[in-house]
Amino acid sequence: MDEPLDFNLTCPAPIRRYPHILLAHGGGGRLMHDLLDSVITPAFKNEILNQGHDSAVLDVPTGRLAFTTDSYVVHPLFFPGGDIGSMAVYGTVNDLAMSGASAVALSVGLILEEGLPMETLWRVVQSIGAAARQCGVRIATGDTKVVERGKGDGVFVNTSGVGVVRSSNVISPAGVLSGDVIIVNGDLGRHGMAVMAVREGLEFESEIDSDSAPVAEAVMALIDAGIDVHCLRDLTRGGLASTVNEIAKASGTGITLEETAVPVRSDVSAACEILGFDPLYVACEGRFAAFVPERDAERAVEIISANSPAEAAVIGRVTGEPPGLVTLTSRIGTRRILDMMSGEQLPRIC
Amino acid sequence: MKYVSEYRDADTSRRIAEAIDKAVTRAWAVMEVCGGQTHSIVKNGIDQLLPEEITLIHGPGCPVCVTPLETIDRAIALAKSPDVTFCSFGDMLRVPGSEWDLLSVKAAGGDVRIVYSPMDAVKLSATNPDRQVVFFAVGFETTAPATAIAAHTAREQGLMNFSLLTAHVLVPPAIEAILKSPDCRVQGFLAAGHVCAVMGYTEYEPISAEYKVPIVVTGFEPVDILQGILMCVNQLEEGRADVENQYKRVVQREGNPSARALMNRVYEPCDRKWRGIGTIPGSGLKLREEYAEYDAERKFDLDMRPVEEPSECKAGLVLQGVIKPNECPAFGVQCTPDQPLGAPMVSAEGACAAYYRYRRSNS
Repeated sequence: MDEPLDFNLTCPAPIRRYPHILLAHGGGGRLMHDLLDSVITPAFKNEILNQGHDSAVLDVPTGRLAFTTDSYVVHPLFFPGGDIGSMAVYGTVNDLAMSGASAVALSVGLILEEGLPMETLWRVVQSIGAAARQCGVRIATGDTKVVERGKGDGVFVNTSGVGVVRSSNVISPAGVLSGDVIIVNGDLGRHGMAVMAVREGLEFESEIDSDSAPVAEAVMALIDAGIDVHCLRDLTRGGLASTVNEIAKASGTGITLEETAVPVRSDVSAACEILGFDPLYVACEGRFAAFVPERDAERAVEIISANSPAEAAVIGRVTGEPPGLVTLTSRIGTRRILDMMSGEQLPRIC
Repeated sequence: MKYVSEYRDADTSRRIAEAIDKAVTRAWAVMEVCGGQTHSIVKNGIDQLLPEEITLIHGPGCPVCVTPLETIDRAIALAKSPDVTFCSFGDMLRVPGSEWDLLSVKAAGGDVRIVYSPMDAVKLSATNPDRQVVFFAVGFETTAPATAIAAHTAREQGLMNFSLLTAHVLVPPAIEAILKSPDCRVQGFLAAGHVCAVMGYTEYEPISAEYKVPIVVTGFEPVDILQGILMCVNQLEEGRADVENQYKRVVQREGNPSARALMNRVYEPCDRKWRGIGTIPGSGLKLREEYAEYDAERKFDLDMRPVEEPSECKAGLVLQGVIKPNECPAFGVQCTPDQPLGAPMVSAEGACAAYYRYRRSNS
């Protein structure tokens, strides 16, 4: 982030009279306009939003557009290394990047629960604004609704985004070929464990920070360097294991991973041991897998590492057979299936 | 990670596997009792490293799997009552009852909570005096001290809105039941390390002596399990039948005396029905008379009749080690982790779930 956010800023004057969100803040009347004018619009400030129209009008660049949407319901709203606001921006910008697209504009929909402290909303929208500036994307349109107390959980955020596709080839599971090498852009599982640690009140010697971050820079660097990127996928819900299973099925290829090659920080793996999670299934918010031909692998690792906060690593490769199946070479050298996650990750009981 | 990574070392694992290969002169069948060990074996492919003379038989040591259907139905009935907050470890939530599972009750508006510790349920009852908080006390001797301390604390604090639905089970009576069975093929046991961390292993000594069977207290990492198998095979080859301790870094012969004392204060042994196996004398724990007011089965009006198992689920045969999970006709067809017929397909320690997750295509 360019400059640290000052969360001690006092909310603007008209809002100070209302320390909590009221139903009327979503009602379309004066209170709603106060909220928009003093809290939300200033945080997102840009020339398109400032037009104050029902829909945003964008200049359309030539070429192909990517379009995506995602909703954010994380609890707690603030966690070590991130918060729902920045995550909602990074997540959608990252989804666009997975098609080789660079984000042009985002929409932000906020669903607020009656009684939400105004201070909390202030922090969330400031974080959204800062993250958008960091990613060089404008928030072109938005919406705010308020639901009765007990019908929401503080704040839900939806972001949609459009982006311009920068890569000349189509980046998708269909592009995956036998012989491709699979690279991840850093250590896995930190986001899920950071959130779980807060939720479960676990304390470790050092705090586990979420990996929540934009990855577009690394992806654009790959494309600009002429790396023949076949497929990209972010490692969010279901973690690495579910992602590679989706790609194996969609592409009709087999995938094999090396357990010892998968980077996991020791504090994250310790937290996983305690809670009965497998880091291969834990969600990340700033990690992706890249499928590239063997000849480009070494250069791709260098480029990703140079443009990411963490070290990239080769974790496996695509094989022809058996189609749709992911296998893992375990720590002790044996082979087994790496299945898609079933249900939620449930804690062990003894 | 200290005390973990060295027990997952590839070279050490291979060296021990070679030693097993060298020691074996004939076929042996060894049962790992605990579901945690079964998962480690299948997840790490430990059996792939073993000579073909060694057959591993998966034991009944998955507490979720052996909890009888009628107890699950009672849990579901409690969770459906509007004034009850029903707390459970996560594994129990997807176990199918006769008609419902706890997750569906939760989705239909029941107050069902996943907790990591029974003490969380005690806290909930203290902070919600208008709710009846029930904790589903499932598990072997490993979790029993924790539920004992919950009942004990609730009594100390005078909490009248806390109770336990108790389904605790004990390992030694189950081992004896397996050994007494006329079809028993098991020649040696890997005893469950974490159960022995609480109980010690003196209670296994008479079993080993009477049935002339080696019992090796074993941990859960690949090196632990391979070492446990090696110790067991050495005994079998030498014609010995002793109780040995592979898991010395965690288990002492006397176990954890204060945990045992607490368990004894709160619980007493009782006969218990095991899902798919039947009633095993003295194989369960129930709350002592002094704690009767914390017993959900006495406190609430519950249907106490036994319930028949669905016939297509062969969990009983899997739990007794008679068939491997992938030998069940329903395996991976009518029965998957998302649509389980029986508990072994659900639990993180169930043998069917382990086979489904880690080896369904090459089986």
